[in-house]
Formats: sequence, C-alpha cells, structure tokens
Amino acid sequence: MLLIECPNCGPRDETEYHYGGEAHVPYPEDPSQLSDKEWAEYLFYRSNPKGLLAERWAHTTGCRRWFNVLRDTVTYEIKAVYAIGEPRPALQADPPQHPRGGTR
Amino acid sequence: MADLLPEHPDFLWRNPDPKPSYDAVIIGGGGHGLATAYFLASRHGMTNIAVLERGWLAGGNMARNTAIIRSNYLWDESAAIYEHSLKLWEQLPEELEYDFLFSQRGVLNLAHTLGDVRESVRRVNANVLNGVDAEWVTPEQVKELCPIINIGDDIRYPVMGATYQARAGIAKHDHVAWAFARKCDELGVDIIQNCEVTGFLKDGNRVTGVETSRGTIHAGKVGLCGAGHSSVLAELAGFRLPIQSHPLQALVSELHEPVHPTVVMSNHVHVYVSQAHKGELVMGAGVDAYNGYGQRGAFHVIEEQMAAAVELFPIFTRAHVLRTWGGIVDVTLDASPVVSKSPVDQLYVNCGWGTGGFKGTPSAGYTFAHTIANDEAHPLNEPFSLERFETGVLIDEHGAAAVAH
Ligand SMILES: Cc1cc2nc3c(=O)[nH]c(=O)nc-3n(C[C@H](O)[C@H](O)[C@H](O)COP(=O)(O)OP(=O)(O)OC[C@H]3O[C@@H](n4cnc5c(N)ncnc54)[C@H](O)[C@@H]3O)c2cc1C
Ligand SMILES: [Zn+2]
Repeated sequence: MLLIECPNCGPRDETEYHYGGEAHVPYPEDPSQLSDKEWAEYLFYRSNPKGLLAERWAHTTGCRRWFNVLRDTVTYEIKAVYAIGEPRPALQADPPQHPRGGTR
Repeated sequence: MADLLPEHPDFLWRNPDPKPSYDAVIIGGGGHGLATAYFLASRHGMTNIAVLERGWLAGGNMARNTAIIRSNYLWDESAAIYEHSLKLWEQLPEELEYDFLFSQRGVLNLAHTLGDVRESVRRVNANVLNGVDAEWVTPEQVKELCPIINIGDDIRYPVMGATYQARAGIAKHDHVAWAFARKCDELGVDIIQNCEVTGFLKDGNRVTGVETSRGTIHAGKVGLCGAGHSSVLAELAGFRLPIQSHPLQALVSELHEPVHPTVVMSNHVHVYVSQAHKGELVMGAGVDAYNGYGQRGAFHVIEEQMAAAVELFPIFTRAHVLRTWGGIVDVTLDASPVVSKSPVDQLYVNCGWGTGGFKGTPSAGYTFAHTIANDEAHPLNEPFSLERFETGVLIDEHGAAAVAH
C-alpha cells in the first residue's frame, strides 16, 4: 500500500485516493484541426515508462482535490508531490539495481 | 558430491549460444513468444529462428497467471480469436506430445445484479450465434455445478445466475511453456535465456537486428512478445504503443482435498477461483490501479478479493493464504490485444493481452506467426491491428468479457 502525501491533508493510505494516470496531457488547443492519428495519440496513447512517471492522483475520500506525483514505477517510491499546473520537478530515476540480471 | 547424485534427467531444450544471425527473432520467452516460434517453425517452415528471453523461460506472466481458459467473449472479433484458441488448446496436448493438464472443467461467470443478468444473457446469445458453447444457468444449477458456493440471499450480492461455458477450464501454465519450448527445440529453434534486448538495428525504416546483453544478433524479422515490457521495447525501436503496464496479483491457499470442481468468476464482487490439480485454491482479481513494473502490488487488493471469496464460498474461511505474487500486465484502453504490424518494417507487435492472455496463447502464437511469415495479418487478427485506435473500430471488451481474465 502506498503512503501518499496529499498536499492539503497530509499523508494518507493509497485506498483514500483515485489514480488518474499520466499528468501533463493537455486537452488539444484546436480539436477540430486534429487528424485521426493525433486524436488517437490524445485518447489512447500515454507514456508508460519503466522508471519515473509524472501522474495524477485525486484525494477522493479526503479533500477531493487533484494533484501531481512523480513516482518510480519499478520501486513505486514517490519522489515528489506537486500542484496541478506546476511543472514536473527535474529529478532522475534511480539506476536499475541489476542492469543485466533480468530477474526482477 | 555431484557424482553421487543420479544422472540428470533429459533436458527439454538445449541452451545454445546465440548465432550471429537468424531469419527471425522473437523477443520474450513467455507463452506467446514460444507459441509464435512454434507456429513459425511448424506451420511456416521458419526454423532458423530464436526466442530471446531476458530472464528465464516463462518467468514473466506465463507462470504467474491463474491459468483460466475460456472463449465466451461478447464481440464477434474476440469470440473468433478466443474460440480459435480454445480449439487449439483442445488439440495441443496431442500435437505437442505433452500432457500439460488441460482440464475442461467449465467456467461459471456469476451475475449479481439485474444489469449483470441482462449482460450475461446477451453474451450467452451472442456466444451461441458465434458457435461458442454457452448457457445461462439458474442459482440452483450454479449450486449443482459447484456445491460449495453460497446461493443464499444472506449476502450483499446474492448469486442471481451465471453464464456457463462447459468447454472452458484451466491448464498447468509452466508445463504449457515447457511443451512449446521442447517442440520448438526439436524443430531447431534456439531458445536463448538471460539474453536481454537492449536496442534495435535499423536500415532506414527496416529492422535488421537487435542489440542484446549477449551481443548483436542480426535478423530478417523481429517479433515483440514482451507483455508487460512492450512499451519499453517499442520505445527502444522508436515508436509508442497504446499500452499501460499494471501490477496484477494472484494468490494460493495451502493444499486441500478437491472441493471446487469448476472455475468461478465474479465480475461484480470481483474475485475468481479455481482449485489447482495439486489442491491449492487459486484466486485473483483486478489490477492495482497505478502503472507498475515492480511485479508486486498492494495487500488491500488481496484483502478485497479474499473478502469476496469468503462471502461466496463460506468454507474458505478455514483456508489460509499461502503465497501471493504479482506480474506486469500490458493493458490497452479497449481491453483487447494488439497482434499487428508496427510502424517499423519487418518488426511486428503482439501485446495488450493484459490480464487475459494465457487463454490466448495458442491463437496469439498462431496469428502472430502468420503475420510475421507473410508480412500480413491473418483474418483472425486483422481487427486487432494498431490502426484501430485511429479508425475508431475498437473492440471494447471491458464490461462485456465478464471478468477481464
Ligand atoms: C496474476 C496474473 C493472473 C492472470 N490470470 C490469467 C488467467 O486466468 N487467464 C488468462 O487467460 N490470462 C491470465 N493472465 C494474463 C496472462 O498471463 C498474460 O496475458 C500472458 O501470459 C502474456 O503473454 P506471455 O506469456 O508471453 O507473457 P510473459 O510470460 O510475461 O512473457 C514476456 C516475456 O518477455 C520478456 N522480456 C521483456 N523484456 C525483454 C527484453 N528486453 N529482452 C528479452 N526478453 C524480454 C520477459 O522477461 C517475459 O518473460 C494473468 C496474468 C497475471 C499476472
Ligand atoms: Zn487531501
């Protein structure tokens, strides 16, 4: 279970939150101009890195507000919590522990 | 010390070093990669090929799944490919000369609400029209098929009936992988473990080989069967996939006498249960919400499915959780797989089987091998192309496929 630090309420169990997937995906500025390929990108394609992912969470059973989290998708460690609208903090992922082992 | 031991039994496959070049390489030594190699060799005469696996054979989702096999999907495209798979399951033990304990003990998909009932009856009708065996059964018939289930109305979501597919069942997943691997090896396929693909060689827009932890390997064609790691591989090859990787967990109890004769799945209270041949109760449910490559998830997910299981099967209150584990599943937004050409020439993708690709192993291998060999989709996987996300011809199996496994 993740312990997530809500910017408004403080640390709470993961079960109090709703996951919102990748952060920083803006609604198209001029939707009528999008090609089918661009619509597909907007609707169905999201980053899926093995490493740091900027993602949205909502504190649904608390303050009910959305915020951003920078989390490592391998260790699940939360590296930063920041407000919607703020840019992604410049942090690097930890180096993999077994670069060649492949046993994880 | 070693010479005091009896002789090692025959190995099921060789462990060759990679050759400098192959006609095709398949990335990923899970069920899908092995099945693809098997059908390339046995149906398309492509025997100068290799399967490259970063860890050990079937160490990914293949030997972590709950091994449920069924074909009672709603949409025509899904029914076709999953039913084809089920027919292959019925012939594979003989064809591969390996008894991997394929047991057609039937699958019940429970309905707990009026909405469930309507959706289930609709799915049964659709299945019958598509030649998939399916019937609607009443709570009393559910009880006959699975006597330990509670069909009383003293629970939060009483059982209002179920769909039943008699030809569905389970198989022993690790043995399935070994069965394919042994036949591949007999046909001349090199199975290369501890060989991680770290990059792709390209000539213009055409793939010409891969960089691996065991050196450069040239290849005329490359097939991706990386399951949870599909996005990582695609990124190395220079394109994106409409995939999100999630942890999916499962668990087993200690061994018990046979008490559970079939497979029971419930979408609404969200648990599915069967009893392995050895005697463990095998259970699973949904993915952990967030993206994850950690092969583990959170305990509250286990707790919820246990609560659901205990309500449906009161005798399970006496059982214990012996072991839990997780895999990395590759989920698409329409909950259907991708078996397709890719934006790179001679590079093909098989992914997005998500939480339910074990049952699809034979069909994935069969159609993907066809696609690789002919540079063209088989009619069965034609609808499962990457283009569908642009054309909008999605195959939305989210609610319709009962539970997503
Ligand atoms: C807990 C759980 C329960 C499930 N239950 C069911 C079920 O009941 N019924 C059902 O139908 N399906 C089920 N599934 C889904 C099913 O297991 C998968 O859809 C299916 O196994 C995916 O295909 P695969 O066997 O080829 O995957 P995998 O076995 O994951 O194979 C992919 C392989 O690619 C390798 N790889 C990745 N990156 C690289 C690289 N760079 N170089 C070389 N190799 C690489 C990995 O190491 C891995 O071995 C379940 C999955 C899980 C996790
Ligand atoms: Zn809050």
